[in-house]
Order: sequence, then structure tokens, then C-alpha cells
Amino acid sequence: MMPSQLTRAAVVEHPHSFRPRSAGGKGRISVRDLDIVFATGSGPQRAVASASLEIQPGEFVSLLGPSGCGKSTLMNSVAGFVKPTRGEVLLDGHSIVKPGPDRGMVFQQHSLFPWKTVKQNVAFGPLMAGAGAREAESVANTFLALVGLSRYANAFPTTLSGGMQQRVGIARALANYPSVLLMDEPFGALDAQTRSMMQENLLEIWGEFKNTVLFVTHDIDEAVFLSDRIVVMSASPGRIIADIPVRLPRPRTQELLTTPEFMALKRECLALIREQTLRAFEQQNQAG
Amino acid sequence: MSLNPSPRPPLSEAVASGPFESVERSAAKPAPAEAQPAVDGAVGYRRLLPVDWDRYLVRIGALLVAALGWHLASTYGFDFFVRFDNVPGPLVVGAEFLAQASSQEFYVHIFHSMQRIAMAYGLAVVLGVTLGVLMGRSRFAEDVILPYIEILRPIPAVAWIPLAILMMPTEQASIVFITFLGALFPIVINTVHGVEQTPKVLVRAARSLGASNAAILWHVVLPGALPSIVAGLAIGMGVAWFSLLAGEIISGQYGIGYFTWSAYTLVEYPKIIIGMLVIGGLGSLCTLLVRKACSPLLRWQTEGAKS
Repeated sequence: MMPSQLTRAAVVEHPHSFRPRSAGGKGRISVRDLDIVFATGSGPQRAVASASLEIQPGEFVSLLGPSGCGKSTLMNSVAGFVKPTRGEVLLDGHSIVKPGPDRGMVFQQHSLFPWKTVKQNVAFGPLMAGAGAREAESVANTFLALVGLSRYANAFPTTLSGGMQQRVGIARALANYPSVLLMDEPFGALDAQTRSMMQENLLEIWGEFKNTVLFVTHDIDEAVFLSDRIVVMSASPGRIIADIPVRLPRPRTQELLTTPEFMALKRECLALIREQTLRAFEQQNQAG
Repeated sequence: MSLNPSPRPPLSEAVASGPFESVERSAAKPAPAEAQPAVDGAVGYRRLLPVDWDRYLVRIGALLVAALGWHLASTYGFDFFVRFDNVPGPLVVGAEFLAQASSQEFYVHIFHSMQRIAMAYGLAVVLGVTLGVLMGRSRFAEDVILPYIEILRPIPAVAWIPLAILMMPTEQASIVFITFLGALFPIVINTVHGVEQTPKVLVRAARSLGASNAAILWHVVLPGALPSIVAGLAIGMGVAWFSLLAGEIISGQYGIGYFTWSAYTLVEYPKIIIGMLVIGGLGSLCTLLVRKACSPLLRWQTEGAKS
């Protein structure tokens, strides 16, 4: 239902061109010496510790780490939901102070407005950006075609499967032509088959836009399959402990998963993650 | 209580089949092949009836059983702790009801009560939802308003009567005021509850899509709170009737509460029961109207629940 014909068809059918407003060298993320400390009941807790990271425009970067290591917090600071305690986060040289439509956000699940139809969900961003109702609807139609869900335009989100809901979420985030797409474990709640379909689908869509993607996951296969670079974070406090380039050819398909190059990268990540997960376990045991 | 529209099959099948498809299938399945025409006939009748028609039959039956018990108890003068020998039976009450229904005065009473409900309820909805949204969105507003609500809420409508008479310029105003107070609190409380339950992820999603605070209120907070608000509106309507009666019994010269109370003082027992039943009937009718009026706004919820 979702593969490439639909994507092509959408591009041909609709006069909107996806590229001009998105690419153009925008979407450079700079994280400099970032500390994020939360106040908790048992005193301050350091979620992110002296993290520095430079992401080029159009790069697909995964943040990989054991759960609770602060990778979502780091992403939320790029999104503008969390303020740095120390250091700074920049987008194209400008300090990030609040959330904005230049950074499209895709959440793990249950983030569509259940009282709006699929089409109204996707049209929401353009409407907020000041588009007229008709223009917003036309943009929504374009992006629903892109994710292969035109048939469900007038359905309410809760009548759709989890995978379809996430595709709507991606369409909604892209409808603002963001220079950065922030994805917080977007396929984490899906079953394995749907997840691998969604990964291929995401790469196809990204191929049309070439915007910057920051992708949070704890799934090593997913990180290797999707990314140009994998940034590995340690158990709390979250520090960046490795920055692994993924030089696998694109376009990528599922066959890649069994190649020796893929396996080698996977082994490398696995060793790092295992070490961090063991540390996280020990920390929890000491605390409890 | 099923006030939802008839259930529909899931999206993918909805194209081919009508809303009664599932009823037909379940009816046809256990029947042997030769009985097919009879089953078809039964289905034909079912098309004319509401979906849960058999449950409505049970409800009507339950009421009829009570009426029969009432009839027997009053006919044979049931007298064991509860005394029925002074209570008129359903037939006497029915005859009196027909007499009342053909008198103009009866409708004047109903009209006055409905008018008071409309004014008091309208005020309560506007003020209740506004206060509720304010309290749900602003901690300061909640801290200022909540103490008043907590102290005033447990005071029953009857206790307000003396003060209402002392403070309000007219008798009509004091009755409307008492009714308004009754409807206000459930609406405020439910609105606050609904607004405070707004999922954080939806607010974040809206913000990252470029929504302003006003847009978040309109597109996220209010629609999300709506199921709770509607529940509050329905409860508020019930309490409004409850309070109206208290006001009308003590003061006033028209209204269904006055009608009931004056029947008691004039020892017209059938009219007491008519008054009570009319209050019950109008109260639940108004509640039903509120729910029906709001149900198009909650279509997303009923459709979502089916999958």
C-alpha cells in the first residue's frame, strides 16, 4: 500500500514541489556543552551531561542509548520543550528558545488530535502558519498522498492502526516543510513487521525532502538501517560516548540487514549499548 | 443508557453494508436453511425499530411492573410500615392527569418552570464553562475561585431560600438564582476536570506545529475537555430541576413546584403525584436534549470507540 509508486504519484499529481522550501542548506543543529538538570523529589538529577554535537543540514542522525539515558531530553531541548541548564542549542546559528514549526516533531504514539479527522490533523500546521482553509486542505491532501493514506482523509485517528497513525503523524510534521524532523521513538510501539515497513517508507519520504532528521531509538538495527551517523549515549547522566558514521549505500532495503558491513556496525553498537545497560542496571540496584 | 447513534461497522466494511448488517448476520446465523423466509421477515420489522429495541421493551416492562405493584398496593390498602391507604392508585391519577392536561392552567405552570430553567441554566452554562476553563488553565485563578466553590457547593438549594428572598429584587429572580446555583457547580467542577486532563503530548504537538496559546485553547484544550464538560452539563440540568423545585415550593405563584406543593396543602393527592411525575419527566427530557444537542461535537469519540 505504501511503497514507491504512491510517493512518485503524489509528486507528479500535485503542483507543490517539496524541495524548494525545505532544503537549501538549512537545518544545521549545534549542541554545545549541554547540561540539563531536572529538579526531582530526591534532589537535582542530571539528565544530559556536557553533550556536544554538530549535525549537518540534510543529515540523518540517530540518538541511541539505553532507556532513561537522556536521549529524549536531548531531543526535547532541540525541540524547544526543555531549556538548557548550561550550554546552548542552536539551529542554523540561532539559539533555540521555544518550539516552532521549523522543527517538525513525531512522537511515539497517541499524539494525533483525536477530535480532528486525519486530514484536519495534517492541515493543522499550515493553518497555524496562516494558510487559508483551502490551501491548508490542499497541502494536507498532498502529504496524505505522500504517506499513502488519502483513502482515510476523513476518518478519525482512533479508527486507524498504530502504523497508519504514525504515518499521519509524519505527514503532519512534514506539512510545515520543516528544516528539521525530530522523531522520538516513532516506531517503538509498533510490531516488528510494521516497524520495518515504516523504516523503509520513512527513508523513501526523507529521500524526497532531504531535511535534517534527528531520530531517537533504543533499537540498534533501526539506528544502523536508517542513519548516516549514530550517536551513542551513556546511562544517566547522558553523555555522548560514541559517534559512529554509517557508510552504507543508499537507497537501503531490508537485504542490507544481513550484509557483513551491517553486522559489523551492529556488533560495535551492541557492545557499547550492553556496557551502558549493565551500568544502568547497577545504578538502579544501588538506588533500590 | 445508550444515547449514542447506532453502531456502525468498521471503516473498511462500511462501504458495502448498511448499519443493520451486523444485526441481520447474527439473526441469520443460527437459523436452519428452511427457516430463512421467517428470519427475513423478522429482519424486515427490525429495520423500523431502534437498534436496542429489545432493551427499550425491558425498560418499559420494568415501569409497568412498578405501576401494577402501585395499583395493587393502593387498591388493597397495603399497610406494613409503608402505608398506601391514602395514596391514590394509577387509574385515579391517570384520570386526573387527563383532566389537568385539558386545562390551560397546567401549561402555564409548566411554561413558568421551563422559562426559569432556561434562564438559570443558560447563565450557569456560560459562567460555569468560563470559570472552569479559567481554573483549569491558571493556577492563580484556581486558588482564588476554588475556596468559594468548595464552601458553597455543599449548601443545598433549600438553605439558600431565605437569603435569596432577602437579596433578590423579585420573587422570580430569587427562584432563578437558586436554580442557577444548583446547575453552576457540577458544570464548573466537570469543566475544570476536563481541562486539567488535557494530554501533555497533544499540547506539545500543537506547539511544535506553531500553535499560539489561544489556538491551543481552541483546538486542543476545549475539544479534549468536551466529554467531561458535556457530562457536567447533563448533571447540571438534573440539579437545576432539583433546585428549581425547592425555590418554587416556598415562593412563587406559578410553576410545577408550586403546583405540587399547593396540591399538598389543599389535600388534592392525585395532583401531588402528577406534579412529581411531570417534574421527573421534564427533568429527564431536558437532560436528554442536552446530551443530544452535544452529541455531534463528540462524534470523534463514539466513532473511535467502535474500532
